[in-house]
Amino acid sequence: MTPDGIRTAFGPAGLTTEEPVGRSTAWWGVTLFVATEGTVFAALLGSYFYLRFQHGAPWPPDGIARPELLLPLIMTAVLVPSSLPVVWAESGIRRGRRWQLRAGLLATLAMGGTFLGLQGVEYHGLLREFTVTTNVYGSLFYVITTFHGAHVTVGLLMVCWLLAASLHDGSGARRREQVRVVAYYWHFVDAVWVAVLFTVYLSPRL
Amino acid sequence: MASSTAACDTGPGPEAMASLSRHWAEAPTLRNWFATVDHKRIGRRYLVTAGVFFGLAGASAVALRTQLAGPEAGILSAWEYNQLFTMHGTAMIFLFSTPMLFGFGNFLVPLMIGARDMAFPRLNAFGYWVFLFAGLFMWASVPAGAAPDGGWFAYVPLTDERNSPGLHLDVYTLGLLFLGVSTTAGAINFIVTALKLRAPGMSLNRVPIFVWAVVATSFMVLFALPVLNLDNVLLFLDRRFDTRFFDPGRGGNVLLWQHLFWIFGHPDVYIIVMPALGIVSAVLPVFCRRGIVGYPLIVFSIVAIAIISFGVWVHHMFATGLPQLSYGFFSAASTIITIPSGLQIFAWLATMLTGRIVVRVPFLFVVGFLVTFVVGGVTGVMFALTAFDQQITDTYFVVAHFHYVLFGGAVFPILAGLYYWLPKLTGRMAGERLGRWAFGLVFVGMNLTFLPMHVSGLLGMPRRVYTYPGGLGWDPWNLLATVGAYVLAVGLLLVVAGVIHALRRGEPAPDDPWGGDSLEWATSSPPKPYNFPVIPRVHSLHPVWDPRTAESTGLGADGDRILAEGRGTLLTSELDGRYERAVRMPQETLKPLVAALGLLIVFLGLLLAGYWVAAAGAALVVVTLGAWLWPPRQTPEEADPAVGGGAV
Repeated sequence: MTPDGIRTAFGPAGLTTEEPVGRSTAWWGVTLFVATEGTVFAALLGSYFYLRFQHGAPWPPDGIARPELLLPLIMTAVLVPSSLPVVWAESGIRRGRRWQLRAGLLATLAMGGTFLGLQGVEYHGLLREFTVTTNVYGSLFYVITTFHGAHVTVGLLMVCWLLAASLHDGSGARRREQVRVVAYYWHFVDAVWVAVLFTVYLSPRL
Repeated sequence: MASSTAACDTGPGPEAMASLSRHWAEAPTLRNWFATVDHKRIGRRYLVTAGVFFGLAGASAVALRTQLAGPEAGILSAWEYNQLFTMHGTAMIFLFSTPMLFGFGNFLVPLMIGARDMAFPRLNAFGYWVFLFAGLFMWASVPAGAAPDGGWFAYVPLTDERNSPGLHLDVYTLGLLFLGVSTTAGAINFIVTALKLRAPGMSLNRVPIFVWAVVATSFMVLFALPVLNLDNVLLFLDRRFDTRFFDPGRGGNVLLWQHLFWIFGHPDVYIIVMPALGIVSAVLPVFCRRGIVGYPLIVFSIVAIAIISFGVWVHHMFATGLPQLSYGFFSAASTIITIPSGLQIFAWLATMLTGRIVVRVPFLFVVGFLVTFVVGGVTGVMFALTAFDQQITDTYFVVAHFHYVLFGGAVFPILAGLYYWLPKLTGRMAGERLGRWAFGLVFVGMNLTFLPMHVSGLLGMPRRVYTYPGGLGWDPWNLLATVGAYVLAVGLLLVVAGVIHALRRGEPAPDDPWGGDSLEWATSSPPKPYNFPVIPRVHSLHPVWDPRTAESTGLGADGDRILAEGRGTLLTSELDGRYERAVRMPQETLKPLVAALGLLIVFLGLLLAGYWVAAAGAALVVVTLGAWLWPPRQTPEEADPAVGGGAV
């Protein structure tokens, strides 16, 4: 090795190019994005309570029954644990095991897809009772749940994209970064569901 | 850069310089004009586009003032007046102020922190295109006769489907949602850039105040804008799909609109003013020939204002019949926020008092800012008092107040910044004499326009009336205001003339014409595509006044800060600015433009009720984003985002 080459290899860049160090720009980007998205949900759920308490009892109004809990709890049981295969997939790609990444993502895809299917089943039953135009309760119920469902859909699109990319090539730092970004978004979508569950399904029973 | 004979480890040699130029230069083709990701070009485009929207909104204002010059005038119908005053306000707030300051931020933040581009250059290009399309989307509604007509804050129930049929308010809700995409993307980009791309050695206590201000503003955007977006979604759903959020007959509540709007709206006042205050903190000390007084206090004020601004929104709603207790709380919060604002004013006064003042055009505009902003601040404190507020709410006194705050607090600093950074933006100096005339006319015109409005407001003239009967004592004040508006317009035209003159025959600008202290003055005017041949190592808050920082870019600069192989810039640690690693920056690409066009299709589809068209636009956006992030085939070495160890 030439002296120049040695100096390069032992310079700061040479020593730190093996593994990315520090928080990456992608980490900050997705964290801030999730923060602003979380604010949308906070404002939406805040509006739910504002409208509910300005409306007063009875809630739900106009003789609409309180929401059934069985189906939403099943949906919770499907969606919230779907973060685990993402974590497993992420640890797989860190060790360079692409099969583990694919298997984990496929599991997430299946669970997320099941959640959306169950939401369709729920709508199918409820739409006969009330719709988005019936009253403010109907508007809140459908807009909040649809808005969350749209986020699940976006998350699933991201997972599909990762699956397609994982069939294509490599497992370098860039790929690990992308998996991490999708994982953060997916955890966010899961966590928000818990807040939606509490607001839309549980709070009318309190 | 001084030596051309240097070996590869002692400053950039000619080979390294040639390599930098080769990797960073964008070939001057038509494709690259649309595909550029250079933050300097994007920043200049933001400035020009926002300037055009300012011209349109200003022309609307001149039309409004002409109509109001005398009683019972018939130049504009009530219908036209409503659209023009709404577009004036909406465009000034959303399409001029924030994008203009984002333009300064785009151009300056990477230069001030010693980086070679923004953290996400393609997202930056995307943000610009979205801003442009959203602005055209909204302005196109004026010739179509479908412009928003519910005032810039669009109170429900005036703006619901029953009271405001037609597309007017749909243009408003969709246009602002569209624009929100750009603002959010820009805010994330600024924060990440300022946290990760600072030159080595630039710890947080060495970050220029302008950058602090842009970052604080961006945080406010991230937490305030979503609330406005939600508000607009709900209104659009109510109007188009008959949801019941704002329909009291079906359990909805109209005040929800106002709460959500002002939870966004009051932070937005600071979103507009904060970066402008940052400009003042950048410009003023240079013309006082000393560092700014109280740097930590000013940074503290910026952060404090950014937080407290989320707790004052109800002072816009003192006349809506909320509980008295809430008035007490919000009145107190609104009074408290004057303390950090005052701190900044006194820091600037102390800087002037202890400095050696050099009176040039940028300095004059800063002084204009100080005078008018303090007047606006004083009337602002008056609004914090509920009893007074309830008397003058919705009168011209309010109009006078917020024009002093926004024209004084944003436009004067923007003009100061324009004259100050014009050499860096264009490589040309603006003429001093023309600039002084422009300042004089703008200052006189501005005060002549808005000072009389205090009086007509106290005399009871309500805002947003398209005409008024004579003999109520309002006539002379209105005439004065109209004369002022014309003087102001002439002053602003002189500014434009000055810029054009500078571009055509201005003297070539030296690298550092004012003797500034921040890093943008350490590079050429205008900067090369790679900004800095060597990324500096920063040793103080005033890197250009500090010989050690200057030395770090000359002979003996290590290759780790040259990064001549490929487009590279440095990542450093968030707090201390310690060297972490080099990263590769993206090439120019058309995908941001295509994605923005996809969004335009989405919003046009929603506006004109072509929902399948909107879905197709959304599909285009998704596919483009997928392709944008698609990893190109790379060897593992290339896939690791490391640029080689410099000029070897």
